[in-house]
Amino acid sequence: MKYTKRLDGRKFDESREMSAKVGIIKRADGSAMFCIGKTKAIAAVYGPRQLFPGFLQNPEKGLLRCYYDMTSFSVTERKRPGPNRRSVEIGMVTENALNPVVDLSKFPNTVVDIFIEIIQADAGTRCAGICAAAMALADAGVPMKDLICSISVGKVGDKIVLDLNKDEEDFEGGSTDIPVAIMARTKEITLLQLDGDIKREELIEALKVAQKGCDKIYEIQRKALKDQYEGVKDE
Amino acid sequence: MNKNYIVSLLEKDIRDGRKLDEFREIEVETGVSKNAEGSARVKIGDTEVIAGIKMDVGTPFADSPDSGVLMVGVELLPLSSPDFETGPPGKDAVELARIVDRGIRESNMIDMKKLCIKKGELVWMVFIDIYTINDDGNLIDASALASLVALKSAVFPKLDGDKVKFGEFTKNRLPLTRLPVTCTLYKIKDKIIIDPNLDEQKAVDARLTVAISEDGNLNAMQKGGLMGLDIETIDLMIKMAGNQIKNLRKYIK
Repeated sequence: MKYTKRLDGRKFDESREMSAKVGIIKRADGSAMFCIGKTKAIAAVYGPRQLFPGFLQNPEKGLLRCYYDMTSFSVTERKRPGPNRRSVEIGMVTENALNPVVDLSKFPNTVVDIFIEIIQADAGTRCAGICAAAMALADAGVPMKDLICSISVGKVGDKIVLDLNKDEEDFEGGSTDIPVAIMARTKEITLLQLDGDIKREELIEALKVAQKGCDKIYEIQRKALKDQYEGVKDE
Repeated sequence: MNKNYIVSLLEKDIRDGRKLDEFREIEVETGVSKNAEGSARVKIGDTEVIAGIKMDVGTPFADSPDSGVLMVGVELLPLSSPDFETGPPGKDAVELARIVDRGIRESNMIDMKKLCIKKGELVWMVFIDIYTINDDGNLIDASALASLVALKSAVFPKLDGDKVKFGEFTKNRLPLTRLPVTCTLYKIKDKIIIDPNLDEQKAVDARLTVAISEDGNLNAMQKGGLMGLDIETIDLMIKMAGNQIKNLRKYIK
């Protein structure tokens, strides 16, 4: 099915309006908010702190642990509070998306906990959560060699589009959703999931679009971090 | 900060720059989550909670076939404090939810009869879910206030026969009658304070939560903490709560 004009009037490779803020939760060691379109995510980091139960402790390095959760009222039909299979999986892939840039070798036997909460959902929640989590980690001063940027890309009808909203995810003429997370500097991909129906060539094209989208996210994340730590020199 | 230090300061009436009966700065914001029928963020100092209202239709309870259903839940998010853990709600979260619930339910704040669509078959169900964002003490008053503000801002979703059209809203507000505002008094040694920050809260011997409607009637109470309270103290605490609540009403638009 042809998709000639995006439902909300954006260009095909244009993301929704984004905003970010660091240091929003005082009790946390690090915290951040990331909004993209109507999707709002917040994240808090606690740690490195002692890890229980003890058998999970690793004497070589600390453990990174992520929890993803949506508020019951973030979606149109009320979601039952608490974890479910989807949120457990997203927590896990978020860990995997962030782990490659985090170095916890100086913190054996500890854990760094990341809690992500979706306040308002309009597709792309796991990506928004990852963007917030990456900033929260940086805010917490956890050693990192790069920042992680995340955005969804996909195919709506016959077009490759950046940052699908909910209406596009539900597009009648077929929709493929590909959440992607990318290391900002090296461009390595640390999260890749896919739901839908797409050709290999199209996927590669989509990933390139995602990389471009992430460049913009990186700018926004860096600005938010800099705003929080005014006076810290660039590079 | 240790309890003895907090107590020694309080003996000289010293807090974090506040009087014993003074709240921290309160900020209230509505419409924080657009898919919710109503929502509110309340900040009291560094303490922050958000409350959201979701509505659905369902069958009424057998013992009240012509009344709507109210459910209040609290998630003490581990995101909001290093003291909170993941997992199903623990006893603190359950108590907090029940304190908020009782103020609203016992005052008949929501006219539950008007939530009946077809007696014994179909009624509106109102879910209030409260999520903590940052815990710096006095989550009770913050949660109760956020719930009231969210309820006041809530609109019914559209109804299509006996199903809700999720994501589509009417302009109709909830049928609200009274406004039971909640205030909690905390006792540390022989001093009574309100709105403790976290350090103070950890030093508390006893607390008393009171929900009072416009007419001055008490709609719900809950005593907490390990120490007992005598009648004179309880009377004093209720009077203090009454004074505070007049002030708190300003924040409920």
